[in-house]
Amino acid sequence: MDNRERVLRHLERDARLEPGNIADALSLPEQEVRRIIEEARADGTIVGYSTLINWDKTDRVYVSAMIEIRVHLQRGEGFDSVARSIGSFPEVQSLYLMSGGYDLMVVIEGKTMRDVALFVSEKLAVIDGVTGTATHFILNKYKDKGITFNVSECDQRVILDI
Amino acid sequence: MLNYNQILAPTPRDLKPSGIRKFFDLAGNVDGVITLSIGEPDFKTPWHIRQAGMETLQAGRTAYTSNAGLLPLREAISQYCHTRFGLEYDPVSQVVVTVGGSEGIDLAMRTVLQAGDEVLIPEPCFVCYSPLAQMAGAVPVALPTYEKDSFRLTPETLRTAITQKTKLLILSYPNNPTGAIMRKSDYEAIAQVLRGTDIVVIADEIYIELTYAEEPCVSFAQIEGMQERTFLVNGFSKAYAMTGWRMGYLCGPKELIRTALKIHQYCIMCAPSISQYAAVEALRNGQEDIDRMREEYNMRRKYLLRTFRELGIPCFEPLGAFYVFPNLSQFGMSSEEFCRRFLEEQQVAMVPGSAFGESGEGFARISYAYSLEHLKKAMNRLELFLRSLS
Repeated sequence: MDNRERVLRHLERDARLEPGNIADALSLPEQEVRRIIEEARADGTIVGYSTLINWDKTDRVYVSAMIEIRVHLQRGEGFDSVARSIGSFPEVQSLYLMSGGYDLMVVIEGKTMRDVALFVSEKLAVIDGVTGTATHFILNKYKDKGITFNVSECDQRVILDI
Repeated sequence: MLNYNQILAPTPRDLKPSGIRKFFDLAGNVDGVITLSIGEPDFKTPWHIRQAGMETLQAGRTAYTSNAGLLPLREAISQYCHTRFGLEYDPVSQVVVTVGGSEGIDLAMRTVLQAGDEVLIPEPCFVCYSPLAQMAGAVPVALPTYEKDSFRLTPETLRTAITQKTKLLILSYPNNPTGAIMRKSDYEAIAQVLRGTDIVVIADEIYIELTYAEEPCVSFAQIEGMQERTFLVNGFSKAYAMTGWRMGYLCGPKELIRTALKIHQYCIMCAPSISQYAAVEALRNGQEDIDRMREEYNMRRKYLLRTFRELGIPCFEPLGAFYVFPNLSQFGMSSEEFCRRFLEEQQVAMVPGSAFGESGEGFARISYAYSLEHLKKAMNRLELFLRSLS
């Protein structure tokens, strides 16, 4: 693994790490870590930073759903242009091109199930090339971005005599 | 009522209680304590290793293993010693799987010690060597090490301590509590003193995978001519965060291991089988886990060193284990008093250096087997405490 990849892995795990902390971990000069991060931002490798929130711990009312989408491509058109249309909706949290029985997968959030239903029927289904959808509501989130939810990580170590 | 005092054998009865325990009895009475005192990894055993343990149970492999341990595990240990240090140990006759590194130390001592033998123990050190030597009837002799030497054992100190009765030398590097390591040249100088003697060495290298120098740490057994007199003790607790699995091993010349194995089989039978299968998985596929944890420790180590510098507390750079050992002598109180007041006034617990031998006086052991956030909180309190002193 080269230094760039090592720096990126640390940042992916904890976006709040200071370049100095990463430099400490990897025994690299801080300047070098800063340069790697700046370059990765500039060339679009680092796309953004976000905070992983367990909304179930709050009073926020929301539902999320995973939607499978089947697409019939027009002549001269690729998946990218359909994906761009779908991805431009603010409700869309993530969007993937998939192998297997359908083509695109979208994760969306709305306030109510009706919001999601309206999004599917009025915004997704009407996009040119979309031939079918299947909506799956998410009932509980156990793990996201490598982090397990709702697990209390208390220190179980005990003090020994030696 | 029986007279228990008379019933008890004098040697174990009179063993000194651990200085760490004494201190923690104090800490137990203070609310909201931040501890910096635990000497085991804060990571969980990597999942694939835990899974290997579970699969062992599911498959019902719950019987005894051979006394020396599962052959595939001994082969993996032998392979590790070869690839990592260039050391050759025959898995059949030169490796015993033990219940943690601690059993390995005890076995090695009991294999060679008899009443009146002297055991040279560089201090400050892990607190088990001296009691185990006493239990084997031997006399522990402390060899002080100093901050000015980066807490390395010097050949001069060793030379002046050797007598006709010297049987055993303990080399415990990377060191708990100082974090000191011995470089190859340091070991060469020690080996030079030992050549021509019959002194046996226990090289307790349980922290050897956790070092932060550019060059990987050498094993004492790698030094020319030393393997024939060295018991190599290592294990899985620190490198793979497997403390509770109690998995260690002892390697050495077959003439010594044969006898060590007799003691092991009579008192332990064999190390736990479930842990042994998990240990095979650790050695085969655990290198990435070690690298990941080492990076994290290094981050914390450097943070602490930088913070001490900013606070004006001298601290030599420890290049191994997960402890720093700052010098607190400028504050005009004993290390025990410093730690006690810090605990009472700011509710942070660290271990006074004096718990690890007289030459630890003036220092404290801080473990960085804690998250960076936890350490930052503790260092903020240290800053407040120092301000209150001035």
